Amino acid sequence: MSEAREFKYIGQNTIRPDGFDKVTGRANYGADMSLPGMVWGKILRSPHAHAIIKSLDISKAEAHPGVLAIATHADFPSVTDEAIESGEGSSTLLDLARNVLAKDKVLYHGHAIVAIAAKTAAIAEQALALVDIDYEVLKPVLDVRTAMAADAPLLHADMFTQGLEEAPTRASNIAVRHEMKLGDIDAGFAEADVIVEREFYTPTAHQGYIEPHACTVRYDKDGQSMVWCSTQGHFDVRSSTAKLLGMKLGQLKVIASEIGGGFGGKTTVYLEPVALILSRKSGRPVKMVMNRDEVLKATGPGSASRSKIKLGAKKDGTITAMKGWLAYEAGAFKGSPVMLGCMTAFTPYAVANMYIEGFDVVVNKAKVAAYRAPGAPQAEFAVEMLVNELAVELGRDPIDLRLQNAAKEGTQTIYGPKFKRVGLVECLEAARDSAHYKQALQANQGRGIAAGFWFNVGGQSSVVINMNPDGTGTIVEGSPDIGGSRASMQMMAAEAMGIAPGLLKPIIADTENVAFSQGTGGSRTTFATGMAVIEAAEDVVNQVKQRAASVWNVTAEQVDWADGVATNMAGEERLTLAEVCAGAERTGGQISGRANINARGAGPSFAVHLCDVQVDKETGKVDVVRYTAVQDAGKAIHPQYVEGQYQGGAAQGIGWALNEEYVFSADGLMENAGFLDYRIPVASDLPMIDTIIVEVPNAFHPYGVRGVGESGIIPPLGAVGYAVESAIGAKVTDLPLSPPRVLALIQGNT
Amino acid sequence: MMAKLHITTSINGDATEFLCEPHDTLLDVLRNDLQMTGTKEGCGSGDCGACSVTVDGRLVCACLVLGVEAEGREIGTIEGVGDNDKLNVIQEKFLEHAALQCGICTPGLVVSTQALLTLNPDPTEAEARYFLAGNLCRCTGYDKIIRAVLDAAATMKGAA
Amino acid sequence: MAVVDYQAPLSIKEAVTLLAGSDIKAKVMAGGTDLIIQSKSQAAEPLRILDLKHISEMMSYDISDAGLSLGPAMCCAEFTALDDVNALYPGLVEAAYLIGSTQVQGRASIGGNLCNSSPAADTIPALMASRAECVIHGVEGERTVAVEDFVTGVGRNCMQPGELLQSIWLPRPAAGTRDAYLRFIPRSEMDIAVAGAGVSVSIDASGTCTAARVAIGAVAPTALLVPQAAAALVGTQLDESALAQAAAAASIAASPITDRRGTADYRRQIVGVLVKRAALIAKQRAQASL
Repeated sequence: MSEAREFKYIGQNTIRPDGFDKVTGRANYGADMSLPGMVWGKILRSPHAHAIIKSLDISKAEAHPGVLAIATHADFPSVTDEAIESGEGSSTLLDLARNVLAKDKVLYHGHAIVAIAAKTAAIAEQALALVDIDYEVLKPVLDVRTAMAADAPLLHADMFTQGLEEAPTRASNIAVRHEMKLGDIDAGFAEADVIVEREFYTPTAHQGYIEPHACTVRYDKDGQSMVWCSTQGHFDVRSSTAKLLGMKLGQLKVIASEIGGGFGGKTTVYLEPVALILSRKSGRPVKMVMNRDEVLKATGPGSASRSKIKLGAKKDGTITAMKGWLAYEAGAFKGSPVMLGCMTAFTPYAVANMYIEGFDVVVNKAKVAAYRAPGAPQAEFAVEMLVNELAVELGRDPIDLRLQNAAKEGTQTIYGPKFKRVGLVECLEAARDSAHYKQALQANQGRGIAAGFWFNVGGQSSVVINMNPDGTGTIVEGSPDIGGSRASMQMMAAEAMGIAPGLLKPIIADTENVAFSQGTGGSRTTFATGMAVIEAAEDVVNQVKQRAASVWNVTAEQVDWADGVATNMAGEERLTLAEVCAGAERTGGQISGRANINARGAGPSFAVHLCDVQVDKETGKVDVVRYTAVQDAGKAIHPQYVEGQYQGGAAQGIGWALNEEYVFSADGLMENAGFLDYRIPVASDLPMIDTIIVEVPNAFHPYGVRGVGESGIIPPLGAVGYAVESAIGAKVTDLPLSPPRVLALIQGNT
Repeated sequence: MMAKLHITTSINGDATEFLCEPHDTLLDVLRNDLQMTGTKEGCGSGDCGACSVTVDGRLVCACLVLGVEAEGREIGTIEGVGDNDKLNVIQEKFLEHAALQCGICTPGLVVSTQALLTLNPDPTEAEARYFLAGNLCRCTGYDKIIRAVLDAAATMKGAA
Repeated sequence: MAVVDYQAPLSIKEAVTLLAGSDIKAKVMAGGTDLIIQSKSQAAEPLRILDLKHISEMMSYDISDAGLSLGPAMCCAEFTALDDVNALYPGLVEAAYLIGSTQVQGRASIGGNLCNSSPAADTIPALMASRAECVIHGVEGERTVAVEDFVTGVGRNCMQPGELLQSIWLPRPAAGTRDAYLRFIPRSEMDIAVAGAGVSVSIDASGTCTAARVAIGAVAPTALLVPQAAAALVGTQLDESALAQAAAAASIAASPITDRRGTADYRRQIVGVLVKRAALIAKQRAQASL
């Protein structure tokens, strides 16, 4: 597959096929489904950050008029320690069950304990107040330092740190220790002429999707059940829920609604198993919708982190050593993405000697869930801040220093593979040559540059393309559309078949109408589901050629296919796709293409961001005045939606760097569980976000696609952080850079 | 439980009646009683704008209006934007500019943009950003939304 | 959850009668942007809401040579679009304009902002700076209270059960007298004020300040008039030294708390910065009005 390939449809900015529904309010999201006889479920949540449930009495609630059913952890059949995959996190079934409904202990403010189904939402809420719970309140642990101390209160008496050289004898809040290395780290530092070292902190940040979690479910007496929910992966909802409730997969149909944002946070389950229990017990369909308070208190944010990074380089700019220590908050149950942080932190660099240690630490906060390139933004913030500092120490331009040490084809990564062709160098060059980089800064302004790496994944996708007698077709796939992917599927199929995209309608089928497909996450959809779409489209083409061959009495090899038309190379006859489809009944039946794949060869996407800020030195307020996001897409199927991923990732990263954080009282109660005080960027906070799409094709995808969804959130923390550092002339180590922190840095008191 | 109140109103020009409790918000009524789910709930506290509607032409959050207050008023929702099956210029521009990814904020933004361009047919970028600051979007970073809004304004001015 | 009854009185007299005679807790409502949120909290106490928006005097305004009489339930979106009001009271208009988003502006009112009596309310320092008075109506009739005496504590004001705010009176500023309001928030919009400053100055033809009022918000249980800050400006040309003194006086007068919106120390510093900046804007406007 050559880089200079001309595409007929790929690379255009088509109108997305689900666009009409989305701009008219017709599209149905998680909370938009109602069923006859439906009742409402609400959840009672822990008022304490850490407590033992000494007794639980639901009798008054059960007796309240209008209450139909109550669910507690006791309603789960016994669940095991079995590991489950959920999106890009991993967890155990037992932990998932205890998170969904607390067992014996509540482990964070907002932890779900009891669920009640009633005729109206109002009655359900009234009944919550009638549940009697006797708590023994325990001291909460609210940060990694406290959690890792020898005398820390323990969240789980049965948690013994894995990954230590000597098996521990005492329980701990450290779930796992990871270690990765390359070369000889001590020798690396011995060679260095300049060494920089610093500690950093990033806060807990929520994915911030505007749509709260919601589901409508029905558990029928014959055991057949239906779940309608907002999710990134309805097959994962099916498997987690079925396992939690002891159901067979074939009994549970999960329909993915349109999804109002996920960013990794909707790759697990919270409401669905609970709603099914309530539906089973009440005999009615049940609807459950979280409010914003619940979303922020009790659904997985991205981990807070502490890190210590040390870099060494020779005078000539060669980085000889990179060393790191990471501790990530997992929340109430193990499973922070600290290992992914270890794998990605140093990976933009070709450095012979690396060593990194990472700790997965539980604290009394909501269990974390995947958040867009989980684990990478936290670690990369620290590394990129120090690479910028190193550039200053060495008297080098920060892009130039990165070019000198950039990972490229053949670079050995710390986590195992050697890179195939990757586009970091091209991204750095594009950043260096950009109009932004050439623009001079004004007074009180600062500029930051940062890079980021994400692996992207492949995985299983299943697609069927059903052709209609009039030559239109349906692309049946199973990847919930979080950002416009239907348009890309339509274009890839069109390209493979040589017909106009508008003839093909992509639909996201439910778990009974399409074969297993891994969730939308890991930047996999355009790559893996796209690959399956292309393969299914080629299957259609092969069948069409066979049908034409049978009509003309030639072999399929004698049929040429181009631009949607079959030509008999042994004669002159031509048949359009529509004509072949119209005659399908006579030639053997309807035409349907299929692909069930486990896609391999996902290509990493590197990103480089530039950020200029202006700081009000009297108040510490930071304004982002210019921003450019450069990223390698391999091949941009739909350039606008690729740009959209870059811009969206940048905006989330800017929010994380400037104003987003969780505020906890000393007792561990979350104090800012609303959009008023959990401050995501608003329209007036941001400038236009310029984008540069670099295309270094991924040889393992027919059209060169690299996933792009995640890398864009990694560089902003370092780009914004260093821009502020440079504007104020003081070292930045802790995020977010809210005005009080910036003012304190300016005034020299931290 | 208090008896429900009987409300007579007009929604998108259609005379409408409904029953509601005094505590129900207009958002509850639209979504749960009238099955008009185009208006979305993102926060319930007026901080996200996903439930933007107009009441007598004034842009408000439906979560901060009581259902009973609809009595005698003209309510405008996303379902009333455009003309039956034809998109209006704002909706077209949102699609042309890819000003939506997940689309949950889009109905609120379309309603708010309509209100903006009615009051100020030629906004600057800053005016558009500040007017729309009450509509949160987590997917797009606002860039393409603002481009769509300014393009819609230019197109509507040109056609005027 | 708590709202169990809704009434829409057509006159102030009717509203006061319903308020005073209510068998359950009753509250008047203008835009409801605070009240509806508060009523959704888990508190089970039944609440009767009296909607003021059908009372025309509550929703309208009158400007005369003596001043502005403002119906307190008029929504901010409507209020901030009044050119004649903005010409005389630009600080109050900008304070009203800062309350929440465009959508909140479509409902929120100055009266509601004042009566909710939050320490961080944007309109209160601006009302104080412009010498506003509150006309309160109860069963026994009307009484007038200076706005700086109206708010008495966090979420509390001087109105007795059965009383409502009938109108807000602002004396007409002479030529050479104008106001300004600034607040500090971490984002560019949508936040509750971390600190706020409302300043009114009177400037004579020589550029000298002959009178001033300085009020600060979000830095104490209630908004505060700071006479020492005003005194620091009077008799000066609002030079750097006078402004610095006014800022220092404001910082000293502040008694802020540390909460999820800011630390006490930070608020103390910022309010001084805001007083300086607001004073300069007010001065510019005052001189333009000569």
